[in-house]
Amino acid sequence: MGAEFVQFSLTPILIGVLASVACALPGNFLVLRRQALIGDAISHVVLPGIVVAFLVTGTVAAMPMLIGAAGAAILAVILIEAIKRLGRIEPGAAMGVVFTALFAAGVLLLEQSDTSNVHLDVEHALMGNLESLVWLRAEGWHSLLDPVALAALPDELGRIAVVCAVVVALTALFWRWLKISTFDEGFARGLGLPTGAIGLGLVIAAAVAAVAAFDAVGSIIVIAMFICPPAAARLMTNRLEAQVAWSVLFAVLSAVLGYVFAGYGPLWFGAENAVSAAGMVATVSGAILALACLFGPHRRREGVGAVPGT
Amino acid sequence: MSPDLTLAAQSGQPAPAAPDLAPLAVRGLTVSYGETPAVFSVDASFAAGAMTAIVGPNGAGKSTLLKAALGVIPRLSGEVTIFGAPIDAARDRIAYVPQRASVDWDFPTTAIGVVLMGLYRKVGLIGRLTGAHRATALACLDRVGMAGFAERQIGQLSGGQQQRVFLARALAQEADLYLLDEPFAGVDAATEKAIIDVLKHLRDEGKSVACVHHDLATVRDYFDRVLFLNVRRVAEGPVETTFTAENLNAAYGGRLAATHIDELQLASA
Repeated sequence: MGAEFVQFSLTPILIGVLASVACALPGNFLVLRRQALIGDAISHVVLPGIVVAFLVTGTVAAMPMLIGAAGAAILAVILIEAIKRLGRIEPGAAMGVVFTALFAAGVLLLEQSDTSNVHLDVEHALMGNLESLVWLRAEGWHSLLDPVALAALPDELGRIAVVCAVVVALTALFWRWLKISTFDEGFARGLGLPTGAIGLGLVIAAAVAAVAAFDAVGSIIVIAMFICPPAAARLMTNRLEAQVAWSVLFAVLSAVLGYVFAGYGPLWFGAENAVSAAGMVATVSGAILALACLFGPHRRREGVGAVPGT
Repeated sequence: MSPDLTLAAQSGQPAPAAPDLAPLAVRGLTVSYGETPAVFSVDASFAAGAMTAIVGPNGAGKSTLLKAALGVIPRLSGEVTIFGAPIDAARDRIAYVPQRASVDWDFPTTAIGVVLMGLYRKVGLIGRLTGAHRATALACLDRVGMAGFAERQIGQLSGGQQQRVFLARALAQEADLYLLDEPFAGVDAATEKAIIDVLKHLRDEGKSVACVHHDLATVRDYFDRVLFLNVRRVAEGPVETTFTAENLNAAYGGRLAATHIDELQLASA
């Protein structure tokens, strides 16, 4: 764990951890509200957003990409709501229609535009490029105290750190609103809580987390982190507070183990090349969910229909 | 009474000649989910210190009336006042118990966790929950006979127990007006007894209670007043004079068998 680790592994792992936590936190509430697909939808519609941003600006700079992605995410949310209300279609189907159509449009746009001289392709959109987010200026752990070296940290780290901090702060601040309105929306309205704004705010926070994470790690991690850690956490406990804590633990575990397995796992089995870190992180989160399904203490809802009375 | 008058005066709405200080008053309330109205131009005024049953056939708009009065669903037109004040000035005085089936009981929380939600307006968004709050919540669970289940996950409770937890959450709100949507639907006999005892106790303390109610056989035993609804208001008044075969027929449109009506302890018309 010397200079080489700090140079090549520390920042990708940190970025993976922050992206995973930023997605898993809103994912808890989306899963409980049966809206988990919205994370899937957002991470897919990001593609046409960044392609359009590239076509307009002609560069792959971070800012236009993020604005394009955010614009596409907002467009998708509006389209989903419109289809739900005007077409009277159930939410899952509305999301499915919107994100597949927009993702397909993104692929078509990408094929038709001249992106041969820039690094913009479908594979990058799905898998990101976590391994490339290295910190070459670092010379060891002491570089963490060296302002010159710190200035050379990958931009993605700063962006995802800010987004993750904002998501954590919002979750803590609006905890009670989120809990009450997720459990019992009618009661929440009766208390005078702005349930519509709470639901919209949750989706917007999820969209911001998805876009920031997408920028660093691609959409595969985003999709996995919205659903796998919260779903696995639900099987570990019957308390919302503990569920969210478990989901953060699982997200961190997925990011760290996924990165390590991707980088070193193939070598253990005699293969020569590392595999995609983003793919492995998502796979580990799925494996954790599978283990929770098999061995989680609250995987069964025992006692339903217990004898009434005291 | 005077604070309510002040609130009504401050609401900025054209004050009626005699402001209705009833716990819940609706005027010209119309709600629509689509083309056809679910509730049409209903006037109703619930009496203070009384238990009122809201009865009518399926699709009569009983739940809709409660939800629209509380602003849970938007209303097309009409006015609602709570103790003479607009709804947002009177939220602290109302406790609303939605239908049990309207929530997902697999939600990760405990019985006492649900009751603590009833303290939201006292604790606020970021106020700390103290031991005193927990003691209040536990006392409310005790009033519905559920103190022994405080730490039980809500999905592991029976339907009747879940309904009692909902009632305990309403008790924690320490309201003046309790609005319950089918509190007796699908509960066991012991729970029905426990709930009606608590509600009657509230009434005896001077609180006002209104329930969407389905079981016509118990209207006379449980309630003081009855509101017959079938999209429009059919009749409203004391059970003794209003719970008549004529009003039942008017509300249910002859859908009740004559023999069934005979079995109800009806007021003589």
